[in-house]
Amino acid sequence: MAAPTAPVRRRRLSSAAAARARVARSEHFTGWAFVTPGVVIILLFGAVPVIWSAVMSFQQSNLLSPSTPYVGLRNYRAMVHDPVVAQAVGHTLVYTALFVPGTMIAGLFLAVAMNRKIRFISFYRTAAYATMAISTISEALVFIWLFDPSYGVVNYLFSLVGVPQQQFLNSPSEALYVIVVMTIWGWTGFAVVIYLAALQGIPQPLIDAAATDGATRWQTFRRVTLPLLSPASLFLAVWLTINALQLFDEVYLSTQGGPLNSTSVLVYYLYEQAFQNFNFGYASAIAYFLFLIILVVTAIQFRVGRRFTYYRS
Amino acid sequence: MSAQTHAGGRSRRRFRLPFSGWHLVLLPASLVLIFPFIWLIVTSVETPAEALHFPPILTPHVLRFANYPDALNAAPFGRFFINSAVVAVVTVLCNLVFCSLAGYAFARLRFLGRSALFVVIMTTLMVPFQVTMIPQFIITKWLGVHVLAGIGINHIGALIVPNAATAFGVFFLRQFFRTLPVEYEESARVDGANRLTVLWRIVLPLSLPALATLAALTFLDSWNNFLWPLIAIDSTSQMTLPLGLATFQSAHSTDWTLLMAGNVMSLIPMLIIFFGAQRYFIRSVAATGLAGT
Repeated sequence: MAAPTAPVRRRRLSSAAAARARVARSEHFTGWAFVTPGVVIILLFGAVPVIWSAVMSFQQSNLLSPSTPYVGLRNYRAMVHDPVVAQAVGHTLVYTALFVPGTMIAGLFLAVAMNRKIRFISFYRTAAYATMAISTISEALVFIWLFDPSYGVVNYLFSLVGVPQQQFLNSPSEALYVIVVMTIWGWTGFAVVIYLAALQGIPQPLIDAAATDGATRWQTFRRVTLPLLSPASLFLAVWLTINALQLFDEVYLSTQGGPLNSTSVLVYYLYEQAFQNFNFGYASAIAYFLFLIILVVTAIQFRVGRRFTYYRS
Repeated sequence: MSAQTHAGGRSRRRFRLPFSGWHLVLLPASLVLIFPFIWLIVTSVETPAEALHFPPILTPHVLRFANYPDALNAAPFGRFFINSAVVAVVTVLCNLVFCSLAGYAFARLRFLGRSALFVVIMTTLMVPFQVTMIPQFIITKWLGVHVLAGIGINHIGALIVPNAATAFGVFFLRQFFRTLPVEYEESARVDGANRLTVLWRIVLPLSLPALATLAALTFLDSWNNFLWPLIAIDSTSQMTLPLGLATFQSAHSTDWTLLMAGNVMSLIPMLIIFFGAQRYFIRSVAATGLAGT
């Protein structure tokens, strides 16, 4: 079906074969016409930047100077020796290690409690869902106010039970934990929705069967419900971890990485390097390092998770 | 004994409490969950003196609604809202159109380079935004200078174009389209309908749940996006609500009544939209979880 001889040959083809050839050729055209708008955008803003920032991470690239000389691994070497990067990695991992289990436990607990037909249940569920409607910035702003050292409600509650006034976001030893609390609150609704959906997928006969066999409610939960929720748990663990490693909004609004760098997380430091110092090369190296951390952590989660995950069917 | 207490214990408890014991857990938990909202609203109608009072005043004496006009004078929240709404709605519409077209082509059409292209798109799905944001900034800047100012840095167009189609949307709709029976499409093709007609008249009407899910998720993402607007937008007139609120906060960091009035104003539209379409939002979020598992 070489193109140049087509006019001669086509007459010899049966009309059905010609039709098929026409369809096949038009499918190439239609296919490309259909994918082009979306693919151009995804390639231009997704694929090209991936390669570009990889290249930039080997350059001394700066918005202010036009020349971008190659410097080999210098950005990566500088990163390894940068004490702020080491701190930021530490803070990011501590934050993730607290935020992910915290959100999962809160979500699981509430979802189990809400998975029943009792009065006011739609009020309870709505209270959890509402946290999904609030943006990270609004959320952070409210929590800065709640945790205000001088006039905040939390210090007031503490004073009622005799705990001395805390500095919270102004304290290098407490600020990161306040951010953990506010983000757990912000993600609770999401975790509840995921767990509720999974709980409602568990067939009631399975639960009843366990009860008939004499299992207590705790045993049923531990041995039947929890294993059946494991795919949802694995999903949540991975999803929340990816988000936790990219923590930025709350830090930007509440502490800007301070006090004394105590809440400097990787993405915040990367943002500072890229858009305050305009060290595009160095920031790109940090971005790739972050990417590597995300890949490694999620790979481990899937590896370990698969062993504990129980799939029905 | 233990088997007996199980059955007996349940009826005994029901006898003792006139309501389900779960209320004792759920009521305090719900209060903790909604207290930030309540406190936000209370502060927004207090006088500055009441807000800066310790112990905090839970029930203000006079409702000072003047905080709201004051906040509106300090920052154009109406403008922010319109910008957010325009960006979110246009982004959703673009995604529905572009991802449907591309998703359908990847699901049903055999064209040269399809598999390779699909693999490339899937790869971008894994990359975090932080890796692509610097080149995205440079590209957007270039487009604004050399192609069209309206899609360049410091215009809301810059918030729409890079997200006008997403790898997730293409993948999500492709997966859904592949579950549809191909027979309807084939019979329409035999009747002479072209691919665009098939997509518009047959495939999309069958895909409304998937389209609603994609729309809801895209809307939430766009509405809450902060990092990219922070990088791309400088002037107040082009800011979206999260960025406008953050800028407002840095300018009035101790005017708590003003800040909370502004915060309420930036929250209310989303709360209304969210609870108006709660079914879709909840179902969509649950769908990502079920799909992920």
